[in-house]
Amino acid sequence: MSLTRRGLLAATAATAAPFSARAQRPTLKIGVLTDLAGVYQDIVGPLAVECTRLAIADFGVSAKGFDVEIVTADHQNKPDIGASLARQWYDRDGVDIIMEGGSSGVALAVAAVAKDKNKAYINSGGATSDLTGTMCNAQTLHWTYDTYMLAKSTGGAMVKAGGDSWFFITADYAFGHALTRDVGSFVEQGGGKVLGKVATPFPGTTDFSAFLLQAQASGAKVIGLANAGADTINCIKQAREFGIKATLGGLLVFLSDVHSLGLEVCNGLVLTESFYWDLNDRTRAFSERLKAKSPARRAGMAQAGCYSSALHYLKVANDVGVGKFKAAGGADVIEMLKKMPTDDDVFGAGSIRPDGRAIHPSYLFQVKKPSESKGPWDYYKLLSTTPTDQAFRPIADGRCPLIKA
Amino acid sequence: MFGFTRQHGIAFLVMFAAVVIAPFFLYPVFLMKVLCFALFACAYNLLIGYVGLGSFGHAAFFGMGGYIAAYTAKKWGFNPEIAIITGAAAGAALGAVFGWLSIRRQGIYFAMITLALSQMVYFFCNQASFTGGEDGIQQVPRGNLFGLISLQSDMAMYVVVSVVFLFGFLLIHRIVHSPFGQVLKAIRENEPRATSLGYRTNDYKLIVFILSAGIAGLAGGTKSLVFGIATLTDVANAMSGEVILMTLLGGMGTIFGPVLGAIMIGSIENYLAQLGAWFAVTQGVIFVLCIMFFRRGLLGELAARLKLSL
Amino acid sequence: MFMIFGYSSALLFGQLLLGLINGAFYALLSLGLAIIFGMLNIVNFAHGALFMLGAFVAWALLEFLGIPYWWSLLIAPIVVGAFGIILEKVFIARLYKLDHLYGLLLTFGLALVIEGLARNQFGSSGMPFAIPPELQGGTDLGFMFMPNYRGWVVLASASVCLVVWLIIDKTSLGANLRAATENPALVQSFGINVPRMITLTYAAGVALAAFAGVLAAPIYSVNPGMGSSFIITVFAVVVIGGMGSIAGSILTGFGLGIVEGLTKVFYPQGSATVIFVVMVIVLLTRPAGLFGRGGH
Repeated sequence: MSLTRRGLLAATAATAAPFSARAQRPTLKIGVLTDLAGVYQDIVGPLAVECTRLAIADFGVSAKGFDVEIVTADHQNKPDIGASLARQWYDRDGVDIIMEGGSSGVALAVAAVAKDKNKAYINSGGATSDLTGTMCNAQTLHWTYDTYMLAKSTGGAMVKAGGDSWFFITADYAFGHALTRDVGSFVEQGGGKVLGKVATPFPGTTDFSAFLLQAQASGAKVIGLANAGADTINCIKQAREFGIKATLGGLLVFLSDVHSLGLEVCNGLVLTESFYWDLNDRTRAFSERLKAKSPARRAGMAQAGCYSSALHYLKVANDVGVGKFKAAGGADVIEMLKKMPTDDDVFGAGSIRPDGRAIHPSYLFQVKKPSESKGPWDYYKLLSTTPTDQAFRPIADGRCPLIKA
Repeated sequence: MFGFTRQHGIAFLVMFAAVVIAPFFLYPVFLMKVLCFALFACAYNLLIGYVGLGSFGHAAFFGMGGYIAAYTAKKWGFNPEIAIITGAAAGAALGAVFGWLSIRRQGIYFAMITLALSQMVYFFCNQASFTGGEDGIQQVPRGNLFGLISLQSDMAMYVVVSVVFLFGFLLIHRIVHSPFGQVLKAIRENEPRATSLGYRTNDYKLIVFILSAGIAGLAGGTKSLVFGIATLTDVANAMSGEVILMTLLGGMGTIFGPVLGAIMIGSIENYLAQLGAWFAVTQGVIFVLCIMFFRRGLLGELAARLKLSL
Repeated sequence: MFMIFGYSSALLFGQLLLGLINGAFYALLSLGLAIIFGMLNIVNFAHGALFMLGAFVAWALLEFLGIPYWWSLLIAPIVVGAFGIILEKVFIARLYKLDHLYGLLLTFGLALVIEGLARNQFGSSGMPFAIPPELQGGTDLGFMFMPNYRGWVVLASASVCLVVWLIIDKTSLGANLRAATENPALVQSFGINVPRMITLTYAAGVALAAFAGVLAAPIYSVNPGMGSSFIITVFAVVVIGGMGSIAGSILTGFGLGIVEGLTKVFYPQGSATVIFVVMVIVLLTRPAGLFGRGGH
């Protein structure tokens, strides 16, 4: 990793220094709460912080008469740690907005704190669609993706492409079951069949071959991997080893996972992301700028989402006037963010719905064969696109309390 | 009335003063967290420091206390004091089961049984629907104390937490310095002799196990109300490791040591949160340094140097 | 194909075999733990971290020096064994006279440090590591497709376990070792350097962990946390087998692999917990473990 912790600290100092020299300028304080050392550190982590920094640089805040300070912390993927860091940032450290904000459990916990303190919060890395559903609130936006989007794209689009019988390998916790349920319903809506599923202990499973063979014995055309991180990696690695013929459907796989597995093992895997660096001229331009700061790794959607959300936040702050923006409560800030359409190199043009869902297209990708890849990080080929207005759950189905029936 | 010696009396007054003054200088939510962990560590110390039983599964009581308090407060609308007491009772009940099974064995075997049982509790909490899986029980209301006083403000909550902490601390002090506590120490030093003196040592061990588990549940229940959240973190075996670290760092078998240990670990956790993996490394280094250079813990070493009992 | 309890026999045979393969890892790891416990009286919680280190050494050898898998099987245990010598000399040697608890907590701390440093250096999503070309592909056994590599894992693990057991039980070196744990002063008086022997025993124990790590690298995700998901299970294996019993740890390792494999058919959710259920039952009925002598 080129992005060392020392580098990060130095960078923090670099942004902090001009601030102290010109203390009279208004300063927005962004807290990036992420997984710096755990299982999701390569999916979000230091590169998400770097993406946020890039947004500040691209927007050119210093020329616009205000400053931005970034603080970072590690929530260790524990909801209680995340909640207590969020409390402390809002209460004591003068943080104006929390970004990224981690996996589902942490995301819901931080959203509750944001509501409690009436402060703004934009989540990028979390998967749970409850964040804009039953647990939604006026202080929270959900930026990059959610389980509904993944389920619809991977589940629905794969059935259309002929993958009409499914078997799920489900990590035995709430997230795994929710994902299995959602994907299963899209599969059935599309005319496919769910032949079975097996729940695997989480954490604590290293060997998935027993489950993969059960999946194979079912005769399903697609094996849906309703798990994440090392579990998914082990599944893919072992499926290759056992010569499993069925197509693997990665329900939560990121570019960094593919990178760590290598194309030799990973090719043929189908997955969904809302961003890929080599998607169009704008994503390529973004990725080139990021490469200057972080040459070793390319951003996946959760990291790129941090760029997108930070840029939008700064644009609105500048439009409204930073003084007024800073003085507003969390609900008002989020309201201002919702009013302006989004547009950036990462997701292109999009908007934010009243329930807090930022919307943009989602893409179904297949991992290339080693022979198709032109070099490092050339991993995906696009299979299909779900347009912005269909990619996410319809507002009415979310039962978000902010939406009057 | 609590059997304080002069030294303990002074030390307790210092601690009491610190508890009263601290929220005016430090962030109260941080202090509440430290107090909950301090109480948890004291409960653990009661077992390992005074009876010599090293449990590797104490997170089960802490976490279960948290879940039950959170659940009863959120779903059944219990007042906070009742929810916390219910959490403590749940910890004690679980402790009765653990204790009944594990005290038949000693040393590493005792530790392994508690570890295995706590793994099963973790499994249960991950499976059971009432715990909310990995999201935990969220948005737990702090409620109104006795149905009257709102605990929404951090200061009000702080008062409750410090009362719970001081109550638990004094209870442990009382247990240790009672005739019952003398028997416990006799068991720690030489169990066969205690048996030959006519003490039914297993009964004593079971009772103290239940007390320790109950106080751990009390701490866990309080913590879940402070943060409005109860999660798998608190039943996971990393939490069992953390409480061992706090107790070890502060000083096993010293009455104030675990409090000091909890303050230190809590501060490290708080101030090194941005350091990511360096936090685990720091924790590991502290473990190693403790075992290599001050096995009696900070306070234990200090007490030995000054020839005090703390 | 016939049916057993409503499951096809093919499925059951397959799961039994897979259980045996996983048991091969448990056996290798618990063998190392049992040796270290038997000879040094130390509960080596760093075992999982050293297993991980073995896999990472194999990865680094391939990535940076182009040294293939087969050489890693030899080199990684030596490298990690040498590291073990340092650990033993600097830290563990000072704890022999103390309660087990201290050794356990010390090695737990060491494991946190090793894994934390690895995480800082390599991230958490892991490193690619391919199956060596000689062992790619597999054989159709009729009831399941058996990857050649898995066959090799069982073979390698079983032979290493057997050799180690023979050395300890049947050779004069093993006799000296066993005698040294019973009465170090006496063995020392025969002119044998007991402290050095103990150091080398620790090195041998962790070398076994590293060997298992290299075996695991092509089939499991090579990431800094890979050992910590194993260590508690392996601990349970050692306790069930009887702390310090060499043959017990090997047999229990394979046996529990099979128990776990069957659980994956009948109650998959419980497959990570079943070993702890077994452990509690064993400890309550046979305190010294299945193959242990004496005990409390």
